[in-house]
Amino acid sequence: MPHGRRSGMENIMEKYCELKDGYLLVHVPRELDHHRAGGLRMEADLLIDAYQVRKVVFDFSGTEFMDSSGIGVIIGRSRNMGYCGGEVMARNLNERIRKIFMVSGLHKIVKTEGGMAGNTNRMEKNHAE
Amino acid sequence: MQSKNEMRMWFDARSVNEGFARVAVASFVAEMNPTLDEISDIKTAVSEAVTNAIIHGYERPEDKVLLSCVIEGDTVEIVVEDTGRGIPDIEKAMEPFYTTKPELERSGMGFSFMEAFMDDVQVSSAVGKGTSVRMRKKIGVQEG
Ligand SMILES: Nc1ncnc2c1ncn2[C@@H]1O[C@H](COP(=O)(O)OP(=O)(O)OP(=O)(O)O)[C@@H](O)[C@H]1O
Ligand SMILES: [Mg+2]
Repeated sequence: MPHGRRSGMENIMEKYCELKDGYLLVHVPRELDHHRAGGLRMEADLLIDAYQVRKVVFDFSGTEFMDSSGIGVIIGRSRNMGYCGGEVMARNLNERIRKIFMVSGLHKIVKTEGGMAGNTNRMEKNHAE
Repeated sequence: MQSKNEMRMWFDARSVNEGFARVAVASFVAEMNPTLDEISDIKTAVSEAVTNAIIHGYERPEDKVLLSCVIEGDTVEIVVEDTGRGIPDIEKAMEPFYTTKPELERSGMGFSFMEAFMDDVQVSSAVGKGTSVRMRKKIGVQEG
């Protein structure tokens, strides 16, 4: 994947996404709902296509709210990455976002790291039916 | 606490109002001294119901979503209504992962979230007439 400066696209994007060496970093906004989901998805997909991104990392360190619309965005990218042998990860989940992951079962689909990672196993056991 | 307090509002079926609806309800229930977790639960449930009205209930942004909220003692009841398309099979619609809009990357989690985060969720709907989602939550019973 190229990791030099991108040309021509600076103006229309880079609101949520940052192209890193080897992956696309998505700074998930403070509130990820239906209202924000469309813009984030469009920006991420443009970069994924343009730079043949094979790994997407969603960073939740600035995120206070996410509902099912956010789940849809993550599952959608995860599915697209799956088609091309890539992967999706989530990092820096606070307690709230972790709860959303648990209730939706997203933690079984997407690898998580950082922020409360130490609690993952305990919580997963508690939630196992 | 034996107080009763009620509010009612309606707004355009525009996605920008999803955040507004969450914040309005969160401020309204603040007098109940909910925990941050309880507030987040309520915000998520409101967001799901309002988003459903906007995405599934209506096609035109000028259509109105009605939201009402009643606090009675330690319980809050929130009703989100639309006069849109309606739901033909409510039981099926409430199943986890059931969605009629997979092409929009909907995952069919909305009702599951409402049920997970509120104590009780009742849906009534009529095709061509609209949908009403009534949710209740008791504040101050932090489980787990
Ligand atoms: N207000 C409504 N008017 C008409 N149909 C509705 C309404 N609310 C829900 N539905 C129907 O119920 C289905 C399930 O709703 P639910 O919120 O669980 O999932 P979703 O909205 O499809 O996906 P998600 O909420 O995960 O983005 C919807 O796909 C839709 O067919
Ligand atoms: Mg929904």
